Amino acid sequence: MYRYDEFDHEFVAHRTAQFRGQVARRLSGDLSEDQFKPLRLMNGVYLQLHAYMLRVAIPYGTLNSAQMRVLAGIARDFDRGYGHFTTRQNIQFNWPKLVDIPAILDRLASVEMHAIQTSGNCIRNVTADHFAGAAGDEVADPRPYAEILRQWSSLHPEFTYLPRKFKVAVTGAEHDRAAIRVHDIGLRLKRNDEGELGFEVWVGGGQGRTPLIARLVRDFLPEADLLAYSEAILRVYNRYGRRDNKYKARIKILLHETGLDELKAEIEAEFEDVRNGVLTLPRDEIGRIEAYFAAPAFVDGPTDPDLVAKAASADRGFALWLERNTHAHKRDDHVSVTISMKPVGGPPGDATADEMDFIADLAAGYGYDEIRISHEQNVILPHVRKTDLYVLYSALEGEGLATANAGLLGDMIACPGLDYCALANARSIPIAQAISERFADPDRQKLIGDMKIKISGCINACGHHHVGHIGILGVDRKGDELYQITLGGSADENTAIGKILGRGFSEEGVVDAVERLVETYLSLRESETEDFITAYRRVGDDPFKEALYGAD
Amino acid sequence: MQIITANRLDSGLVVFRTEDGGWSTEIADARIVDGDEAIEAALEASAEDVRARIIVDPYGVPVVLEAGAPVPVRLRERIRAQGPTVAYAVPATALADRPGSRRAA
Repeated sequence: MYRYDEFDHEFVAHRTAQFRGQVARRLSGDLSEDQFKPLRLMNGVYLQLHAYMLRVAIPYGTLNSAQMRVLAGIARDFDRGYGHFTTRQNIQFNWPKLVDIPAILDRLASVEMHAIQTSGNCIRNVTADHFAGAAGDEVADPRPYAEILRQWSSLHPEFTYLPRKFKVAVTGAEHDRAAIRVHDIGLRLKRNDEGELGFEVWVGGGQGRTPLIARLVRDFLPEADLLAYSEAILRVYNRYGRRDNKYKARIKILLHETGLDELKAEIEAEFEDVRNGVLTLPRDEIGRIEAYFAAPAFVDGPTDPDLVAKAASADRGFALWLERNTHAHKRDDHVSVTISMKPVGGPPGDATADEMDFIADLAAGYGYDEIRISHEQNVILPHVRKTDLYVLYSALEGEGLATANAGLLGDMIACPGLDYCALANARSIPIAQAISERFADPDRQKLIGDMKIKISGCINACGHHHVGHIGILGVDRKGDELYQITLGGSADENTAIGKILGRGFSEEGVVDAVERLVETYLSLRESETEDFITAYRRVGDDPFKEALYGAD
Repeated sequence: MQIITANRLDSGLVVFRTEDGGWSTEIADARIVDGDEAIEAALEASAEDVRARIIVDPYGVPVVLEAGAPVPVRLRERIRAQGPTVAYAVPATALADRPGSRRAA
């Protein structure tokens, strides 16, 4: 578990005091809104549809129970009793008052948390695989590198005024659970033939108005060069990224307009200037950071292999949950647990203050005090002994948090949409709720199998609809909400942008449309083990287009 | 036909300009403003309240009258006036008990 060092404590304390001063000067009139707005954005304070919104950083989605309790307290004392987990592993509060934000930041600072660089044209939260440090399939834990990038990017004086926001994601496994190829920089840890650690470096991915998949700029970057190379990429972006047009300002556009070879050449030339200097990361320095992420003192589970199986055969709900909501751990006697924040009919990714406290208690009791937030808006306990699973499940069941839908149709991503967001054109949460209720039957979801539905309320794609197996984009058509459906998107190592199938659907029609797509898949799949995305790649659009629109 | 809306600086809450030039969180209290000149005047008066640090970002919202009360023409403005159309802070246990939804068997 990461232990914050002096860097963070002083940094956060100073920044909180600074923002407290800025708020005071805004309220007293010494700062106008025009002057204040960029300052509040650098501290994650938005003005949204109904109120201010505060986006708190959860570095690479990792937090402990003390931090989760502080988030619960903020929700309870300063907000309306809940928070929302985002597709960048952060948390959002929808109703903070500006006058209270300094006090909120003080509470966050007490557990080394903050809201810095969660908005604005700067490097944002570095995200990572939510099973980092636990998954059996990872080459190495990506979090130390995410932390190194975080320290480097926090208040980096050269990159405080980028052409636009900049997002980085890191995965430690070949199976990409961090959506690295739809990030500005995506990093995959790997070993070369000599067994040394390094990165595949992908640049120029992103969703939004112009979805693009990242391109490979380096097949193997030695770990020692991680910061120097990242600095080179950022410098090239900062120098050449467009500042004339907000919609063409991301590095993905720069790459698209410049071309891969030329941009790579620029990056490599800059890297030659930067490398072998102060940004070099010697092995022992990386080791020093890795020590902060040392695995917990795992407690051996009693080696009764039947214990869990017996409980599963006696409790069908537990059996279903076990099947879906546990993930293989590097230790045989442990698993990672997904606490689905997608209960039937609920807003995806929301947690009440009481639920946050409850999760904190579970993490302290059964999870070695470690919690993760996934970019799919779920909560993860990365380390749980198998022998504790039934007790944990029973506790979750009692709180309505044992929905056994991880990776199934009910496990949807939805942005806040027009119910909350000033940028939105349509509502997304009611669509998720309606789909969730239509497909509530857990046996039906199990039959359908792996399915990722992702819903955005506008083209900014915070709901990741471009990379949903089924993507739903809400638009405004002559004052009415209309929902466009895309098919075949994927955010893993086979990243793909979904293709729009045809004309959009009303709020009433889109749930039926999803049902027709699902039924079509079920009717044409080769077997129960051919999942939706595999079947789609085999048969293409036509059967699905026909199901939705007839033989037009 | 419009009403003037803004956000309070201190709380961020959505407010509407009332008959007496104050700001209410209730759209029913909003003063109806008709015609370009009147709207312009109302916006100018609102700019004063921006300078006085009461509100930020005032603007006019086209409305229709329904049973005498102003209702925004645009969905976005209706949601902004009335709040999210979805319930929030509902415990998962309460969701599961709603008709039509089912917990894992």
